[in-house]
Amino acid sequence: MVLELREVTKKVAAETHVFETSLRFEQGGFNILLGETNSGKSTLIKLMAGLERPSSGSVWVDGRDVTGLSPQRRNIALVHQFFINYPHMSVYENIVSPLRAAGETAAVADRRVREAAELLQLSDMLDRRPHELSGGQQQRTAIARAIVKESTAIFLDEPLANLDYKLREELREQLPEILAQRGTIVVYATSDPTEALLLGGHTALLHHGRVAQFGPTAHIYRSPADLVAARVFSDPPINLAPIRKRGTMIHLDDLAWQASGSVCDLADGPYTVGIRPHHVAPASPTTPSVSVDGRVEITELSGSESIAYFPMAGRTWISIGSGIHPYRVGEQHQFHLMHQHCFYFDETGDLVAKGAADG
Amino acid sequence: MAEISLRNLHHSYLPKPTMPADYALSNINLEWSDGGAYALLGPSGCGKSTLLNIISGLLMPSSGEVLFDGQDVTCLPPDKRNIAQVFQFPVIYDTMSVYDNLAFPLNNRLLPAERVDARVREVAAMLELETLLDRRAANLAPDNKQKISMGRGLVRDDVNVMMFDEPLTVIDPELKWKLRSKLKELHQRIAVTMIYVTHDQTEAMTFADQVVVMKDGEIVQIGTPVDLFERPHHTFVGHFIGSPGMNILPAKLVGDDVWLDGHKVALEGPITCHAGKIEVGIRPEHVRLSSSGIPAIVRKAADIGRHTVVETAVGDRIVSAIIHGRPPSCGAHIHLEFDISHTRLYADGRIATTADHQ
Repeated sequence: MVLELREVTKKVAAETHVFETSLRFEQGGFNILLGETNSGKSTLIKLMAGLERPSSGSVWVDGRDVTGLSPQRRNIALVHQFFINYPHMSVYENIVSPLRAAGETAAVADRRVREAAELLQLSDMLDRRPHELSGGQQQRTAIARAIVKESTAIFLDEPLANLDYKLREELREQLPEILAQRGTIVVYATSDPTEALLLGGHTALLHHGRVAQFGPTAHIYRSPADLVAARVFSDPPINLAPIRKRGTMIHLDDLAWQASGSVCDLADGPYTVGIRPHHVAPASPTTPSVSVDGRVEITELSGSESIAYFPMAGRTWISIGSGIHPYRVGEQHQFHLMHQHCFYFDETGDLVAKGAADG
Repeated sequence: MAEISLRNLHHSYLPKPTMPADYALSNINLEWSDGGAYALLGPSGCGKSTLLNIISGLLMPSSGEVLFDGQDVTCLPPDKRNIAQVFQFPVIYDTMSVYDNLAFPLNNRLLPAERVDARVREVAAMLELETLLDRRAANLAPDNKQKISMGRGLVRDDVNVMMFDEPLTVIDPELKWKLRSKLKELHQRIAVTMIYVTHDQTEAMTFADQVVVMKDGEIVQIGTPVDLFERPHHTFVGHFIGSPGMNILPAKLVGDDVWLDGHKVALEGPITCHAGKIEVGIRPEHVRLSSSGIPAIVRKAADIGRHTVVETAVGDRIVSAIIHGRPPSCGAHIHLEFDISHTRLYADGRIATTADHQ
């Protein structure tokens, strides 16, 4: 099965929510829409689901134009950020509702509900009302309702955003397995880059209503097409700074390092360099690096990683290292830029070279 | 600014509580010093919001006392407690300018106009809102709205405590980094007592000097972020903090030897308790893939960019390891080594080893 957006746009009054976009999603694995609030994720989902009509362009399923079809006639399922269940119905009634609406026989419906409940660990809760459930259980009920019916596509719009951190972790772990068994096209919207990496599959990076990049998730993380893609797909935020290439050397303020990889082929001149915070190491790494002394402004310990902010060349840099580093605010610390992991962007923002290291 | 003491707090939402399960909060004792940064961390339903409401005065505890600087405020209403609060959703006046929003908490306190103006500009500068002062609040981005919410709390310099109730939940990840570091910087600068309530371990750990972990209405551990990560006192804390959390593996104790799926495991130090359900606790960060050690089979690997989480099976137990570099393929037979100094024993969920400092 294939779902396609062909040159769709969406304008509301004078405002463009989606600029001309073409995307092709296939069955098997996740198709992720990654972007900030208002980047166009939800609008794209609404266009694909038939909740909204595009201003121009068309939506196709398996070579059939479905642009004019209502959501009911598209055979799709939707899971929202806010758990939407019928409050007056039991969990069982909630899950069975799409099957009843589709006129399924009672025996088949019952079997399907029990299968879905089993998969989502709701078997013991079928008689309860939604308000008697935890947030995680409520969202699992909504997901069970979405998968109980065979559908062409299932759209999940930030389904974990309103869940507790640990529940999110748990459900994120289970979702790929649950959905893989359904044989349907899965489109999943999120604003969390780490979530996209964990779910894998393919990712479309969205920014201000445009697709910045689309491809296999791990690949586009390692090769962002431009500055926008690098920024959207980096958590914590990527460090960016102007540099100058002169001969075989790269100069960033007072720092200098040897060009490597495709960087050697770049013409001399100014570029923007991007380096992810985990490649600004707090301790001497095994790969080539250049040291810089930074005065630590802020430190954070996030679970198992230490984060430090320090000023260099007129901007604040972020370093993240595994383990616990005994930083002191206001004191100097030596950081190590692992320059073979740098991305180089030209003045239009396009990626023109990468350091020699892979990933 | 104040030192806050919570003494023997209990709270039940039922009129006549009889058993422990009837209590939303039990046996809460805390001493928070003036100017500290504290977090209340726990899953939904753990009692953290109940506790926050008791501190702010929205709720009267069933028993126990709340003291600000030694003075009993348990029965005082919220407006008499001099507290600033920032909520999950920004609370601002959409029709007012950013300036008027920031000035609002001062205007009804009959302060001279030039004092108000000086305070507003100072706070706006701290939060990088100076260029927006004349704008109407209605159309601002969510992070700017949340900054105004924070600013409204910060503008008063006489508050006893600033409380944050899941303030970053609705903020995008990149802006979360910015606001979090801004908050941290503010705390370093103005040193007002701050209490931050969240279910998100990252937010709690990055913000607070001391984190209070709660579960089922009780405090399970109070400690610095380093303590909670390095030495969880309870398996719940081990699991809750860290991503993925600590591996908690059922084990057998024979004398002083610990056996895991037929393999003897060396611990950090002497065992302090031999009774109860025995489990080994080891963080994924301290599990190494090796050519010798405990045999395991690779189930899957998730590359999250800065490291890879490898999920392995030891017998019917799942053991996660965090590695750098390429993971072995799924189904591969490998061995696991545990870093001895981080291998702890738990009995009935409580830590049962002490560190061996030899």
